[in-house]
Amino acid sequence: MAKKIAGVLTAVKKVRGGAKVPHRKNTAETEVVRIPTPSKVVIPMSMHIGAPCEPVVKVGDEVAVGQLIGDSDKFVSAPIHASVSGKVVEVGNVKLPNGMLSQAVTIESDGEMRLWEGIKPPKVETRDDLIKAVRESGLVGLGGAGFPTHVKLNFPPEKNIDTLVINAAECEPYITVDYRECIENSWDILSGVYTLKELLGFKQVIIAVEDNKPEAFKVLKRIADNEIDVNDEVKLMTLESKYPQGAEKMMVQSATGRQVPPGKLPADVGCVVMNVGSVAFIARYLKTGKPLVSRSLTVDGSAIAEPKNVRVPVGTNIGEIIDFCGGFKEEPCKIITGGPMMGLSIIGTDLPILKQNNAILAFAKDDAVLKPEKDCIRCGRCAAACPMSLMPTNIVRAVKAKDIEMLNKVGVTVCMECGSCAYACPAGKPLVQHMRLAKSILKEEAQKK
Amino acid sequence: MINGKLLTVSASPHVRSVQTTTKIMLDVILALMPALAVSVAAFGPRVLLVCAVSVTCAILAEYASRKIMKRSMTIGDLSAIVTGLLVAFNMPSTIPFWMAGLGSVIAIVVVKQFFGGIGQNFANPAIVARIVLLLSFGAEMTNWVKPLTWKVDAVSTATTLATLKTGSTENLPSLADMFLGMRAGCLGETCAAALILGGIYLLIKKVIKPAIPAAYIGTVAVIMLIKGHGDLNFVAYELLSGGLLLGAIFMATDYSTSPINTKGKIIFGIGCGVITALIRMFASMTEGVSFAILIMNLLVPYIEKATVPKPFGTPKKEKKEKEAAKA
Repeated sequence: MAKKIAGVLTAVKKVRGGAKVPHRKNTAETEVVRIPTPSKVVIPMSMHIGAPCEPVVKVGDEVAVGQLIGDSDKFVSAPIHASVSGKVVEVGNVKLPNGMLSQAVTIESDGEMRLWEGIKPPKVETRDDLIKAVRESGLVGLGGAGFPTHVKLNFPPEKNIDTLVINAAECEPYITVDYRECIENSWDILSGVYTLKELLGFKQVIIAVEDNKPEAFKVLKRIADNEIDVNDEVKLMTLESKYPQGAEKMMVQSATGRQVPPGKLPADVGCVVMNVGSVAFIARYLKTGKPLVSRSLTVDGSAIAEPKNVRVPVGTNIGEIIDFCGGFKEEPCKIITGGPMMGLSIIGTDLPILKQNNAILAFAKDDAVLKPEKDCIRCGRCAAACPMSLMPTNIVRAVKAKDIEMLNKVGVTVCMECGSCAYACPAGKPLVQHMRLAKSILKEEAQKK
Repeated sequence: MINGKLLTVSASPHVRSVQTTTKIMLDVILALMPALAVSVAAFGPRVLLVCAVSVTCAILAEYASRKIMKRSMTIGDLSAIVTGLLVAFNMPSTIPFWMAGLGSVIAIVVVKQFFGGIGQNFANPAIVARIVLLLSFGAEMTNWVKPLTWKVDAVSTATTLATLKTGSTENLPSLADMFLGMRAGCLGETCAAALILGGIYLLIKKVIKPAIPAAYIGTVAVIMLIKGHGDLNFVAYELLSGGLLLGAIFMATDYSTSPINTKGKIIFGIGCGVITALIRMFASMTEGVSFAILIMNLLVPYIEKATVPKPFGTPKKEKKEKEAAKA
């Protein structure tokens, strides 16, 4: 339970259900270390949600860190920059961790990490300046989803956005990069919070953290209590440590009591939710002008020899990062990018790190083999766990029957695939898989029309 | 691929809770043990034999049906043992062994496996078995004996409910005896203390939720309070008599045959309570727990349909209508 502390908020409306997942924050006290410059990076042109970028460099070009290598004229997209200095050796298709093909620019590093001479701090005085700068920085939500941040911030004034929620909940097991961000880069967070508030005109900023991170709490409390916050509009909120507190819609509900309607965005109820790492990055970018070319991630799991928090250039080979963390101490049976609740299991380590990846976890056999699937006993643990008040049992039945009419009724489109249902299921049902199937059946049906 | 070995790829989440069907069933079995122990003390070692016969027959019936129907083997989930125990708990200790076995076979084969096995049955297997036996072998199923008389010649007696029906609480065991299980009745239903202990264990282990037992017992209590014109003594006798506690804690909470959502569970519990009270008050039968649960089992699909929660963020109906009116 979130304890009441004077001046600190607690959830206006608590998250329903959820899962008491094990925390396993083994790397919480491990400082983020920069890995040695990789010999080669493969930078996909489609890392974010939205339109893929087109490469603006060609084979043979010399590039430097922070130089633009991919861009798109579509609104929902984010430009891509070189993460090492060196020579472009290939522009072609690569397989992404999710199995999709994407164009990618391969850069052979010259080991110098030379900064591009065009890098200079952007001039930001107005809201429009800020949005333009955020777009140019190539920032996407660093919490995992990878939604272009400038799109999120570019809300029309008539939407009456009054609240900025800063997400430091980090409710997925293992991952500690946001926590480290709070400890190591508190100035950036402080600066980012007040800059965003001032330029975008938020009436209140609520920084949300789970109650299992007392050190981060102390840091964030100081930020919320800072004397430049004359009207006390920046507040800290502690949340019971429970998965999925950090989900965007849950954050909005905890902070304001408002529920985002199905198919809508937080902006439709007057909120913007940003990951704490993204906020800190904006502050750094405004100061230095260095775009998003590297990121922090947690490398952990039972098969990793030396679990670490590392800072890596975007496009670094996952295998190389694991080698930096001492390689495997046990034979890996499953490797995932992201957290164990929503992360993606990958088919091998010869894949690049994307902007939005926040963890690489490698599990030995004992942790990788899930309990065998048995018959549903209708215990209702899935329905009780669903933070979106869905009935997974009904959805599974509709999927199996391919009953379109019923699928439309069960509300599966609001499912955020958090995995709380499947976590709770004593019969080991792959419920999230069924949710995805349900969505794809509905999508197919919609396309038919 | 790592070192030539394929990696496991699966849909998220990649961690799961430690809860399994087998663990849940084991918890239910453990929760039934105090009542069994008291029953052995009250009605003698024959109780153990009855349970052994019905549990063995339940397991064999489950094994045979799965084999014959060429389905995956499910005796490992321990649900057949739970069913076998509950079948035995719903019989008098004097029941002929073959009847105990037959009850289990009906429960497992006809009620559970014919409909697809665990989670698929629409009615509680043990309840149906009890009803079938009661209708087929009325005399044997109501051959009650006084507790603690098994060492000498067992003394036949009436159940407390039959006495209550006559409208008097005279000649009844004291409430303390009733609470501790020193009364006539089915072998597993008599000891309120042990059943409540088991129920608390299940609540702590989060195997069951309080909604159904609370709504069920609460409803019976309220109706009996009205019937007894506020006589709490009478209400206490009603609650401690018959199979109410066994039914409310262990049978009505069966996952397969009760609603999933809390709202549904409350409706289900109230329904069971009302029917139980009505049968006890107006029917020729003395006890109504099994019929009440069976009838409510059949209504579960309708209760479920009526209590589906609104997905997150769905506007409330009135608002929708208001908006529509505005437009």
